[in-house]
Amino acid sequence: MLDNLTQRLGRVVKNLRGQARITEDNVADMLREVRMALLEADVALPVVKDFIAKVKEKAVGQEVIGSLSPGQALVGVVHRELTELMGGTKTELNLASQPPAIILMSGLQGAGKTTTTAKLGKWLKERQKKKVLTVSCDVYRPAAIEQLKAVSAQAGIDFFPSSGDQKPADIAAAALDYAKKHYYDVLFVDTAGRLAIDAAMMAEIRDLHALLNPIECLFVVDAMLGQDAVNTAKAFNEALPLTGIILTKLDGDSRGGAALSVRHVTGKPLKFAGVGEKLTGIEEFHPERMASRILGMGDILGLVEEAQRGVDQEKAQDFVKKMKSGKGFDLNDFKDQIGQMKKMGGMGALLDKLPAQFGAMAQQAGSGVEDKSIRRIEGIINSMTPLERTKPELIKASRKRRIATGAGVPVQEVNRLLNQFEQTQKMMKQFSKGGMAKMMRGMKGLMGGGGGFPGLPR
Amino acid sequence: MFGFLKKKDEPAPAETAARPSWGERLKAGLARTRATLNTPLTELFSRGRIDDELLDDLETTLLMADCGVEATQWLLDELKAAVKREKLETPAQLREKLVGLLETLLTPLEQPLAVDGHQPFIVMIAGVNGAGKTTSIGKLAKYFQAQGKSVLLAAGDTFRAAAREQLMAWGERNDVTVIAQESGDPAAVVFDAISAARARHIDIVLADTAGRLPTQLHLMEEIAKVRRVIQKADPSGPHEVLLVLDANIGQNAVQQVKSFDKAIGVTGLVVTKLDGTAKGGVLAAIARQCPKPVRFIGVGEGIDDLQPFQAREFVEALFE
Ligand SMILES: Nc1nc2c(ncn2[C@@H]2O[C@H](COP(=O)(O)OP(=O)(O)OP(=O)(O)O)[C@@H](O)[C@H]2O)c(=O)[nH]1
Ligand SMILES: Nc1nc2c(ncn2[C@@H]2O[C@H](COP(=O)(O)OP(=O)(O)OP(=O)(O)O)[C@@H](O)[C@H]2O)c(=O)[nH]1
Ligand SMILES: [Mg+2]
Ligand SMILES: [Mg+2]
Repeated sequence: MLDNLTQRLGRVVKNLRGQARITEDNVADMLREVRMALLEADVALPVVKDFIAKVKEKAVGQEVIGSLSPGQALVGVVHRELTELMGGTKTELNLASQPPAIILMSGLQGAGKTTTTAKLGKWLKERQKKKVLTVSCDVYRPAAIEQLKAVSAQAGIDFFPSSGDQKPADIAAAALDYAKKHYYDVLFVDTAGRLAIDAAMMAEIRDLHALLNPIECLFVVDAMLGQDAVNTAKAFNEALPLTGIILTKLDGDSRGGAALSVRHVTGKPLKFAGVGEKLTGIEEFHPERMASRILGMGDILGLVEEAQRGVDQEKAQDFVKKMKSGKGFDLNDFKDQIGQMKKMGGMGALLDKLPAQFGAMAQQAGSGVEDKSIRRIEGIINSMTPLERTKPELIKASRKRRIATGAGVPVQEVNRLLNQFEQTQKMMKQFSKGGMAKMMRGMKGLMGGGGGFPGLPR
Repeated sequence: MFGFLKKKDEPAPAETAARPSWGERLKAGLARTRATLNTPLTELFSRGRIDDELLDDLETTLLMADCGVEATQWLLDELKAAVKREKLETPAQLREKLVGLLETLLTPLEQPLAVDGHQPFIVMIAGVNGAGKTTSIGKLAKYFQAQGKSVLLAAGDTFRAAAREQLMAWGERNDVTVIAQESGDPAAVVFDAISAARARHIDIVLADTAGRLPTQLHLMEEIAKVRRVIQKADPSGPHEVLLVLDANIGQNAVQQVKSFDKAIGVTGLVVTKLDGTAKGGVLAAIARQCPKPVRFIGVGEGIDDLQPFQAREFVEALFE
């Protein structure tokens, strides 16, 4: 598992603790680590170079606040800059044209154009009550037209038939005519995958664009793409007036540096992210999450692996048994779990794996600080009676007050702990039903919603 | 960079007659793209001397080819050591050294697929979504038939819309039987196909599977089950487990090899889409971190756009 940037920087700047600002001197080594992290995330090298130059400019001279080390301060700058770079512009689809609003899909082979067409069609139909028509101009790939037909039916949107012996331009013209006559709000035009260096195919899609004059011309791109993403994006952007980018297959474990490359090269907004094969697997693009991901901050699997390494094997097995049974996970286990986490090197190491917790992490990652909050939780649980620990549902108002006094914390903290416990318990239940994958999603959901990692103080 | 793989003036494949031939289309585009987008290594090595700048630029080129941080670092370290040890002075010598290193790295991956010894010889094809599995099967069917083998296809992708129809179209082009079911159970389809192949004395079964990302643990479990069922149908099978990798994919390819290997025991790779501008340097990373034989490379969407992997040719292409 790749080290995340904070850990990398942590190593580089060990000797720099206590320095009050980021300087030319102390920043060079750190920037090398940033560069490596970005390259490992598949951000294209020219983009990395530009980006580093910009970060350096912003970072040098910056005061290092409070308990932060220069490394942590720099990660903050990098994260902010990444977020900035990928965000800013509004993400909705632009449909403001004389109906039908035409959306032209473009991209490399296998990027996800056809699937995304149906996903977006479904999205517009369900959220904006649009009357949507799709058509395929892919007369090349076997069963490409059948595929669009099938996914359109799944999405509950209309499909305009075409066939492999027609010319793409003729298909597009006929579909447009039909869409106008039947008062469709939106017409999606799916196209064959093509290489940017394939001059004839690029000319074909340019001609389609000229014919249709679409209000949206979307570039669909696989989040797993490597260094060549810059070349591809550049060529598509030069051939077509792109209006937006859709990143697909973000449900995988690629770090998704292609997002940055494509965004940097085209300057076009990232509008949506594909997060699954199902037609519901699409969401609006979140620059902040993407930045965390590229930096390796959202490394949930890494978190779990680390947990596996750090914990007492016997206890872990008990724990797994309990999780599997889906019951019997009580506050004693909760406390054990927290104890285990403490063993694994404190909260800092854990928190920096959690995307939404990034900011909090930067505050807490310093040694020592983090363990205070763990101690508070332990304090609260210690103030409970054994019965209360096994049956937390017993803990009502008066018991809460007693526990709070015993632990020397406000009642709200007891409430928060109980809440977190409940969430964790829910997750354990999910785990017993749907396995790890589901639990991961559960965690992601919680974090995305601004909640904390269950069981951890915020 | 891989123009040589494409440009052999092969006759346009019959089924692409409707569109201009790949050879023509690519020739037009490639030259221009090479000139504008890629810094050729040849330029690097025609410089006057070996200096830090040259090494930096070399690092850049390797990284840009998707070799990854680890493999690039390793190659550079080896080169620097060689410069000292062997007192290399000219960039030409350095080039020779690098070619040698890459060849040493990649040659072990050059292990052609032998399909003898079992009848039917069962090949299972796996990979992430859109990697080129189904298309590669279409090409492989032609490749094996040209060697006088009989082939049968199993439509094991029961999930994706029109995946079955796509494979059937390839079956028609090759004039081979495709075993498909209405059912949604990939393992059952593949089991069926193996029985059919046995009854008909077919030489090779190519089993398609749905694309899946290694993070989808239930789908990884599903494909492991397909493998187990193949084994039930024929205890000696599957005889080859091919993982299809898109050459455009970056460092995640390494993770893909590891994850699929863990789930189904990958025995060979097919690297597709090398007809684009992606360099496929990720093979260097794979060779370092999780080596697997590279059986074939894909160089286009046509039925003939498949070639056995040749390390030497591959490395030379990097220096063209
Ligand atoms: N896991 C996952 N799979 C996706 C996503 N988007 C698309 N896919 C899958 O990726 C594969 C390719 O998708 P298609 O929609 O056929 O891609 P395309 O760009 O139309 O492909 P061509 O027309 O062949 O160029 C299919 O297996 C899809 O199910 C996504 O966001 N996540
Ligand atoms: N340029 C090029 N395109 C290729 C190559 N191999 C496959 N493709 C294209 O890539 C796209 C996806 O190929 P498929 O064979 O459908 O991929 P798959 O892995 O079966 O996809 P799923 O079943 O959806 O996961 C299609 O448009 C193919 O024509 C290749 O070597 N070069
Ligand atoms: Mg398509
Ligand atoms: Mg397929």
